[in-house]
Amino acid sequence: METVIAVLVGVLMASSVYLMLRRNLVRFVLGLALISHTANLLIFSSGGLQARFPPLITPGELVPGPDVANALPQALMLTAIVISFSVFAFLLVLAFRTYQRLETVDPDSMRSAEPMAAGAGVDGSVSGGPQ
Amino acid sequence: MSWLLAAAIVLPLACGILGLLLRPHRAMQQAVSLVAGIAHLGIATSLLVTVWREGILVVQVGGWPAPFGITLVADHLSAAMVLITSVMGAATIVYALCDIDERALVKDFHPPLQALIGAVCGAFLTGDIFNLYVWFEVMLIASLALLISGGRKAQLDGAVRYAALSLVATTLFLSGIGLLYGMTGTLNMADLHLRVQQVENQGLLSVVAILFIVAFGIKAAVFPLFFWLPASYHTPKVAVSAIFAGLLTKVGVYSMIRVFTLIFTHDVGYTHGILLWTAGLTMVTGVLGAASHNELRRILSFHIISQIGYMVLGLALFTPLALVGAVFYILHHIIVKANLFFVAGAAERLSGSSDLKTLGGVYREQPLLAALFFVPAFSLAGFPPLSGFWAKLLVIKASVESQQYWIAAVALAVGLLTMYSMTKIWVNGIWKARPASAEKPPPLSRANRALLLGPIICLAAMTLAIGLWPGPLYDLAERAGHEVMDPSNYVEAVLGRSETAALGAGAGVGE
Repeated sequence: METVIAVLVGVLMASSVYLMLRRNLVRFVLGLALISHTANLLIFSSGGLQARFPPLITPGELVPGPDVANALPQALMLTAIVISFSVFAFLLVLAFRTYQRLETVDPDSMRSAEPMAAGAGVDGSVSGGPQ
Repeated sequence: MSWLLAAAIVLPLACGILGLLLRPHRAMQQAVSLVAGIAHLGIATSLLVTVWREGILVVQVGGWPAPFGITLVADHLSAAMVLITSVMGAATIVYALCDIDERALVKDFHPPLQALIGAVCGAFLTGDIFNLYVWFEVMLIASLALLISGGRKAQLDGAVRYAALSLVATTLFLSGIGLLYGMTGTLNMADLHLRVQQVENQGLLSVVAILFIVAFGIKAAVFPLFFWLPASYHTPKVAVSAIFAGLLTKVGVYSMIRVFTLIFTHDVGYTHGILLWTAGLTMVTGVLGAASHNELRRILSFHIISQIGYMVLGLALFTPLALVGAVFYILHHIIVKANLFFVAGAAERLSGSSDLKTLGGVYREQPLLAALFFVPAFSLAGFPPLSGFWAKLLVIKASVESQQYWIAAVALAVGLLTMYSMTKIWVNGIWKARPASAEKPPPLSRANRALLLGPIICLAAMTLAIGLWPGPLYDLAERAGHEVMDPSNYVEAVLGRSETAALGAGAGVGE
């Protein structure tokens, strides 16, 4: 089981890096969503993947029985999922607003914050990409 | 007195929510924010005084004992950082009363600002590594809200870059936490300090350490991960830039110091060796970037990067004196850097431009502002007797003592280049006569002028005071530096004496 998850994490990571390296803001945002799932799976598998009992305490006892699963990684994942979901929602809106205002989704042609012509030196020489 | 720790986080967050509810009432919202800022200053001061008198303060949130629940810890470093955060918060709130005066912007400024202050304090006070991640995300959302408020093209462009790299950083951080938890089975930082020593696969520990270096490196804007910073910091309103410049990167540096003194000390030659190279390259690239620009806030943004190098250098040398230097450097730098952004904003408001080509005549028309620029600018460059001189002296002395002569030479050369850059601003922006083409903006009312210059004067006075009487801050930095170098007190305060002894002796898993 751990091998399968490890391969899955690897494939997801590779795809998200591929998506993030594309010159398209929308793909970048999708890549970020994917990479956060990768991190979640990593946490999930780090807790150990065995078939165990749910971590419930039977009535009358103070501690759970011996073979219960570790619930903490799932609690961490849940927190991380909620956070990454809200951040993803924000990013989608940001990407959409950026597209509306700048009329492009290509990060290379967004030069509003760092205009090509204004700076002497660094700005002009770093990239010769199309404007 | 343990409620102080929680209050330092809860008060700003609660006032942020209150601010959201008061959105239609501008004056009330501003008043709440101002009162919250001043109250926070009081809380932070008494927190530092308590820690100074009684030692490390610990709160087990919800009454769960240490390695299981979330722990809030205030040692000297944390308490000092919280105090400096609330000083910056209060200064920014006052400055923003004049700087952010458009009705549409005010209502979106104070709530996220308070949330940001709360999140930064949370990051400084938490003793749980997953909780640190959560505070990082709260900080990210709050700072994004501040960054895009106004929605100009440059802001959106900057925000995309900022959000993208920050999210990659937090994902790497999260992956690092996952792997670390898999190896040690704990998230409490004090507990991690003990458990990592028992990890068999020390090689994997180094891999996780690198993940943390990259994650915090992006947050702290070190070489070669700093590109988001000069792309975004000059785009929002000046008050926003100033608090970002003062606080956000320093949270990254703080986390680096915390993690690389408490958890990853298994192979100092390797991890801290990487940090040493990073520090050197960060100093050099930052200052060269600054030298190549002409817009005030963009120059200052590059200087943040260069100065981060000095702080990371203090951590990388990993001697008690070096860490004292790093802590002193952070505290001095936050005051100076935010103040420089304030001055840049005031120059723009009073003289009509922030570009060195069109700015001018400040010395003739605004002699007070020119003097106020002089103090933080030349403190940053390391002029005696200003605060930056002592900070640089400590870090460079530490590098000479550890016989890292080349990095000491780099630090000195970068100081010289910083001076060149500040002199460039002084000559072109402040001293030279106003260019004929530049128009003079309408004069500000007396009240607005006081709101703009008040925080600048206070922060400049602090810089001068630290420069002339470095003793008290040095004592604080010394305690904080020695405390992080020898985490036994921290661990004992969090976990209690018996468990520490049991685990330290390798007796295995605690209760």
